[in-house]
Amino acid sequence: MKNKFNKQTKDNLITYGMVIAAFIIMQILLSMGKVSSLMEGLLVPLCTYVILAVSLNLTVGILGELSLGHAGFMCVGAFSSALFSKCTEATITNSGIRFFFAILVGAAVAAVFGILIGIPVLRLKGDYLAIVTLAFGEIIKNFINVVYLGRDSKGFHFSMKDTMSLNMEADGEVLIKGAQGITGTPNDSNFIVGIVLVLVTIFIITNLVNSRTGRAVMAIRDNRIAAESLGINITKYKLLAFSISASLAGVAGVLYAHNLSTLTALPKNFGYNMSIMILVFVVLGGIGNIRGSIIAAVILTLLPELLRGLNDYRMLIYAIVLIAMMLFNWSPKAIEVKEKISTKFRTSCKGKKEV
Amino acid sequence: MSFISYLVNGISLGSVYAIIALGYTMVYGIAKMLNFAHGDVIMIGGYVAFLTVSGMGLPPVLGVLISMVVCTVLGVTIEKIAYKPLRMASPLAVLITAIGVSYLLQNIALLLFGASPKAFTSMVSVPAIVLADGQLTISGETIVTIVACIVIMIGLNLFIKKSKAGRAMLAVSEDKGAAQLMGINVNGTIALTFAIGSALAAIAGVLLCSAYPTLTPYTGSMPGIKAFVAAVFGGIGSIPGAFLGGILLGVIENLSKAYISSQMADAIVFGVLIVVLLVRPTGILGKNIREKV
Amino acid sequence: MKKKLLSAVLVLTMSATLFAGCGSTDTETTETTDATETTDATESTDGASAEGTLKIGGIGPTTGDAAVYGQAVENAAQLAVDEINAAGGVNGMMLELNFQDDEADAEKAVNAYNTLKDWDMQVLMGTVTSTACIAVAEKTAEDNVFQLTPSGSAIECITHDNAFRVCFSDPNQGKASAQYIGENSLATKVAVIYDSSSVYSTGIYETFVAEAANQGIEVVAAEAFTADSNKDFTVQLQKAKDSGAELLFLPIYYNEAALILAQAKTISFAPTFFGCDGLDGILAVENFDTSLAEGVMLLTPFAADAQDEATQNFVTAYNEKFGGTPNQFAADAYDAIYIIKAAAEKAGITADMSASDICDALKTAMTEITVDGLTGSGMTWTADGEPNKAPKAVKIVNGVYTAM
Repeated sequence: MKNKFNKQTKDNLITYGMVIAAFIIMQILLSMGKVSSLMEGLLVPLCTYVILAVSLNLTVGILGELSLGHAGFMCVGAFSSALFSKCTEATITNSGIRFFFAILVGAAVAAVFGILIGIPVLRLKGDYLAIVTLAFGEIIKNFINVVYLGRDSKGFHFSMKDTMSLNMEADGEVLIKGAQGITGTPNDSNFIVGIVLVLVTIFIITNLVNSRTGRAVMAIRDNRIAAESLGINITKYKLLAFSISASLAGVAGVLYAHNLSTLTALPKNFGYNMSIMILVFVVLGGIGNIRGSIIAAVILTLLPELLRGLNDYRMLIYAIVLIAMMLFNWSPKAIEVKEKISTKFRTSCKGKKEV
Repeated sequence: MSFISYLVNGISLGSVYAIIALGYTMVYGIAKMLNFAHGDVIMIGGYVAFLTVSGMGLPPVLGVLISMVVCTVLGVTIEKIAYKPLRMASPLAVLITAIGVSYLLQNIALLLFGASPKAFTSMVSVPAIVLADGQLTISGETIVTIVACIVIMIGLNLFIKKSKAGRAMLAVSEDKGAAQLMGINVNGTIALTFAIGSALAAIAGVLLCSAYPTLTPYTGSMPGIKAFVAAVFGGIGSIPGAFLGGILLGVIENLSKAYISSQMADAIVFGVLIVVLLVRPTGILGKNIREKV
Repeated sequence: MKKKLLSAVLVLTMSATLFAGCGSTDTETTETTDATETTDATESTDGASAEGTLKIGGIGPTTGDAAVYGQAVENAAQLAVDEINAAGGVNGMMLELNFQDDEADAEKAVNAYNTLKDWDMQVLMGTVTSTACIAVAEKTAEDNVFQLTPSGSAIECITHDNAFRVCFSDPNQGKASAQYIGENSLATKVAVIYDSSSVYSTGIYETFVAEAANQGIEVVAAEAFTADSNKDFTVQLQKAKDSGAELLFLPIYYNEAALILAQAKTISFAPTFFGCDGLDGILAVENFDTSLAEGVMLLTPFAADAQDEATQNFVTAYNEKFGGTPNQFAADAYDAIYIIKAAAEKAGITADMSASDICDALKTAMTEITVDGLTGSGMTWTADGEPNKAPKAVKIVNGVYTAM
């Protein structure tokens, strides 16, 4: 047992080390001016996707439930925090403090949504749970697309129809403009904050996994009935893991929202396509494997950018590479090799059978 | 009067979802995998029919047949290359591979056929039924789609229950290992399932494009997802469930557009789905699976 | 261990390519530039003269479901660049176009912009869609890069002084449509069907409704649809029909409009159909039954079957090179390149100037030039970036556009 614990600690340290090393290398290169603009621009998105992948791994790998609505939580986090930042831009002038609160707001709102959605959803199993999470993701996206929110001297105005029905005073400002979303969010995200958030995410998840709570969650994943008969409160632990996962996705949303000056809930960025993309990171990296998720998220985010030279064939090659990677990582031959490697892989393989 | 017309239009829309959902549910029921690329096979089916009929001037029936052959070959090839190596892997891995295949098909279509939409000429020559002095029209496409759904449903049921290959499918869906021990060719059976599912996709593609006549490389993806929702709604794996789910989805979508909010129709459809699944966790006609210790 | 090894190798190769990419600022001969040069702009590199080349970057969706617009822009821009180069270039410089895909997504558009920056882009022609354009506009303003968007129609696309556009703004179109309907007394009862998930469509819809009140037009039904349910419009049409509308305003793209027209026919709803520039292209849809569009009116700056020589030459050249009839996006992009040419000539841009210097020079030049293009004659710009041109109202009669 002690041996295993040490091994896990070592494993976690490698993960932290990897992230910190990547950070230091990038910082050195940045200060030397050796990084291409493309790479520099990708740093914050990379952090965003790493957080998303790691947080979804909590739901899929550790809790063993398939969620196809992760982008919905990201969307909630992004919109709530962007709204917060826009509203307080005049009052809190220090961007660092404002962004800190924005992160808290995004995480808290996403966590609340995680609990609200988790209560009904977690009663379902397998593919049905997947489809309900997908449904919630789509509902959130659809809802955000019809929200109009304005502010004037009389306070806030809300409408689900259009800007005209807000009935605002002349001095009013429209904050959320339906499909046009939120424009002009302060650009507060940067690489350092991104890396710190990545580390915090990894810290929360690895600690959770190695705690009593985490073991309870994994017991539920491996055998729900056995866990229940041992007196583990299924609903509580499931909900806990699910809402932590949601809240971290919300944090990723905050990073996303404060990296671009425009925030819209389009099918492309917050629809089921995005949820599936995050799931691809998790599955490709190895279900339940945190470090794998990080590497997969980085590779798959960089890949389409690196393929830009191929022009029209870019997305075609991307799709082929994706299929090839899946076959390589998951075909029985590769699994045979994996079985031999170590026990930590074996635990993650058990997890996926439940899904 | 307008209620009836909303209802009829909802059924038309639903019948298209239903015919796509039949293919989904067929593959899911036997191979136990969510084939997210199904919508894109439908799109390919649409293009083949478009090229053969509008492009080469072949009669529609021949066009549909060619489209079915192409889709069948495509479906079996996809299964062999992308899904078969992962037979023993996690269902999630297959799901992701299916998404990869979906991207692949979309991008191949984008390169082959270009991004500009094509106007699909309806392959249905059945005249519309006009009722109540033109107040109510039931289009020929709707009639054909519903008839096709029912014929396919009965055909599939008979095939699965009566034929040897169909019973092999049932056995494979119950327990792959045991089926193999009983001398059933599991890989062959699953390939056959994909062949039938893809041939259905071709028919669905032709009917989808006949009812809603624009064709782009992304035509199949959203109806594909909607049909998937419909299949889950009705109880995924259940063939009558797919039909019922499809029709209900179309009707709910149109009625909520009509009476609640046209902006929020998607949210309402998904909301109803959630409620149904909470009450009946395996869908309307889904089998309840007892959990074993 | 195999998997770990693989990941390590992958990561190594990836980072190697990335850092290879960053050398481009100094050397200009990296694999990324090579690849784009050979595929994208073969003709222009052949003719490079001693005066150097002006590097124009382009951004738009060439994949994804907005690909039809991005590809049109890419093709038409390339056509214009080739024509200009064949005629001797701008101030003796050859033009070179590098077009990057953004999948109509804000984040991908910023990536595309950064890729172009690594390529030493001097002028940006993009982006095609509004959301992506707003995100990129923020970056071009920071870097002081001149940006001319062919079709980014949201107000926020050109808030900064370095950004200009070729097309009309959304509010402009909504207002113009309402005014046109009001002034020509086309209808008093109007229904609208719009895409509530699209920035373009909601933008026009909102200003249309606001202006309609001033024109004595009553909006009797305003029905929405979303990108997720854009196949069946019978409910929206039925409601419009029941509301007794005489005119149906369609501030949407032609893809959905083609379906709406077909479905309106089946429920025998025949009001006057009125659209904006997004509707242009409907006649060019391969195999489209043009009788469905009979009598449709639209305000558009461009009509592919206009009889003037410039349009005819453009349409023929486009069709020869890429196949198909160019839509309004293509015309905007074609004009955009010629506008950049005119402004560059006015400002006396040379190839060795930095992007920032070019930007400052072009900003002033833009307000001084007058361009006769496909999408308007005598186009001028104000310092806020808005074009000054009149929309043409056309009506589809016997399957062709006829001026009204």
